[in-house]
Amino acid sequence: MQERIKQIDFLGLVLWIFRTAIIVSMLWGTIATLMDNPYSARAWTDTIVAGIAQGSLYALIAIGYTLVYGVLFMINFAHGEFFMSGIMTATIFIAQPMSASGYLDRHPVIGITVIAVVTMLVSVGIANLTERIAYRPLRGAPRLVPLITAIGASFFWQYFFQGLYGSEVKAFPQIEVIVGKVNIAGIEILKSQVIVIIVTILMLAGLYFFVVKTKTGKSIRAAAENKDVARLMGIDVDRAITLTFTLGASMAGIAGVLYALVFRQIHFFMGFFPGIKAFTAAVLGGIGSIPGAALGGLFLGIFESVGPGLFLEGLGVPSPHQLKDVIAFTMLVLVLIFRPQGILGEALAEEKA
Amino acid sequence: MSKRLLAIFAMLLVASMVLAACGGGAAPAEEAPMEEAPAEEAPAEEAPAEEAPAMFECTDEIGCVTYYADEPIRIASALVVSGPNTDLGMDSQRGVELAMEFKGDVLGHAVELQAEDDGCSAEGGQAAGQKIVSDPTIIGIIGTSCSGAGVPMSKIMSDAGYVMVSPSNTSPALTDADSAWNPGYYRTAHNDKVQGKAMAEFAIDVLGVTSAAAIHDGDPYTEGLARVFADNFEALGGTIVEFTAVNKGDTDMRPVLTAVAAAGPPELIYYPVFTAEGGFLTKQAKEVAGLEETILSAADGMISPAAVEAVGEAGEGMYFSGPDLGFENELYTTFLEKHTEVYGIDPTSVFHSHAFDAANMILGCVEEVGVVDGEDLHVGRQAMRDCLDATSGFDGITGTLTCNEYGDCADPQITVSQLTAGEYEPIWP
Repeated sequence: MQERIKQIDFLGLVLWIFRTAIIVSMLWGTIATLMDNPYSARAWTDTIVAGIAQGSLYALIAIGYTLVYGVLFMINFAHGEFFMSGIMTATIFIAQPMSASGYLDRHPVIGITVIAVVTMLVSVGIANLTERIAYRPLRGAPRLVPLITAIGASFFWQYFFQGLYGSEVKAFPQIEVIVGKVNIAGIEILKSQVIVIIVTILMLAGLYFFVVKTKTGKSIRAAAENKDVARLMGIDVDRAITLTFTLGASMAGIAGVLYALVFRQIHFFMGFFPGIKAFTAAVLGGIGSIPGAALGGLFLGIFESVGPGLFLEGLGVPSPHQLKDVIAFTMLVLVLIFRPQGILGEALAEEKA
Repeated sequence: MSKRLLAIFAMLLVASMVLAACGGGAAPAEEAPMEEAPAEEAPAEEAPAEEAPAMFECTDEIGCVTYYADEPIRIASALVVSGPNTDLGMDSQRGVELAMEFKGDVLGHAVELQAEDDGCSAEGGQAAGQKIVSDPTIIGIIGTSCSGAGVPMSKIMSDAGYVMVSPSNTSPALTDADSAWNPGYYRTAHNDKVQGKAMAEFAIDVLGVTSAAAIHDGDPYTEGLARVFADNFEALGGTIVEFTAVNKGDTDMRPVLTAVAAAGPPELIYYPVFTAEGGFLTKQAKEVAGLEETILSAADGMISPAAVEAVGEAGEGMYFSGPDLGFENELYTTFLEKHTEVYGIDPTSVFHSHAFDAANMILGCVEEVGVVDGEDLHVGRQAMRDCLDATSGFDGITGTLTCNEYGDCADPQITVSQLTAGEYEPIWP
């Protein structure tokens, strides 16, 4: 007993030192950077806006992780592939031909809408196929089994699409209307970034409304709460789960379109890193919570973007931008030390944790 | 009861070992395994006993590989054939396959390729290397694609007594005896000391710029090249305003480009990275305040049809340093014809010819040092190294190859091209 107390104290001490070290070096780095001030105000705002746009993408993808976790308590590592599959297909079959014929520049709104619809359809199709074939038969299996299956599914889709479309980097066409910048409140922002931010806000608000206010949304929440009781109340749980995957994959599909508009370059491997980052964002915000996923995504995007310049530049670290993932994951550790359930996560009941 | 079971089990075990020993005779075996690979000793000891009349005695310092009648000579490749740089590795692998096809049988034995994946990473090189050296029938390796994978792999294969010829490792470290060089390592690709210097000279002499920034992605290839460029650029009187890095897999380059702009902004940015990251850097550089007029330049990792598509309109007028691919020899013409015939496509990257030459160097040496003993073929591992060391005036597609003592065999001709209307136009020298 006494030894145990000693151990806890030791662990607590290490954690305490760790926290303090991170916070002190962050503060020190920030102060040193600001004293030296290598960047203009313009550069700071540009970096922050880039971070918000990147964070919006993470947020949209993170929704898929959070929804599926909320209902099935599984981490769907194939989610990044849902994001990739839709936009890959739409780029090759819709966007590139449309751009070649000049249609996309003449009718950009219709064009982008068609691309978005096709992207979402493919993403949703792949998601439901994966759920039906790989996850549903394992519904009663121990928690680790579907997790490993999800990783397998992720590799399967990656190389399936590599085989289908080739391994080269593909260009998403440039659309004339969204080239350039707009001036919002004295800050020049790229039009593509404005679109990303606005669409993300609309989608997240719509999703939140759907899940909280509608009857179908209620069935998802009921299934998340307790599947057996939900079934007793006459809720089709399998349908609720399918719906969950559909919602998550549509968000991933939209994220794919926005990604293509901002970065104009796609690739069969493009789902992997955003998938991991979005998972991190979901955990950071509190997995299972929709506003948490959104907040976690934004938080991660901004820290990744601003962090290297703000914290590391002042500490004299060479090539700070190479370490942006270190910053992102350090933030994750720091948040989880203080709030193990994530920023907006509720303390989980034994069963879910 | 349990005792009887145990006895039966023991007998089965003995029987299986006897059978395995008999089988060992048929499998090609090392006659004098080297110290580093004790695992291979077991079949090797038994093999000569079974094949009693073997007259050949191996005198090679690090051992011989024996191919019995009808057994193919085995070579391995370790190129990047998965992940985002698949184009680069597949292109080289096709070069190897075509070299084997052109060559046909060597000393009466067919040639078989064991294709592995270097993953374009240190971990991938480590895994591929371990897998290859666990197979004692492999005589030589063509690989790796990426310098990052080459560093661990060079060490592993060297310790195990193999030889390895890389078609596309260009990092200076790999042939630097103080850094990552190991005996048995050779390359037909140029050393980036040459490429980085050429680019710095081009920037100062032809473009007339005086300030530059260099960006790499942490890979030994990109970092080495960026470093050589920066050092030479400064030696020639220019200023490097920022030497920085991104990560492989990054998509949002605006923060790092903003930092570059804040530091200068430089007149030229050189980012010798791969297609995916290079595409993002190119497009986003045009959108970052302060870099609108900056000259963009990259290297041979981004000379491919996929890179042209990736950089899009933003890459128009960009400069690329890389090996001179205007090979004017009959062999290359035949190679290209065969390539289209067999694969139905044009080469997808830069290093197919280097891979073709690398495979031919290895097979040529097998032909030269292999000892034919009846229907069997014995090849000494040290003899292979000596033979490759002595490579001089070797006529390949990529030029006349002569290996120096650290395995640099290339006939390096660097050229700078400009991307004009989707085509790489060589403009210098």
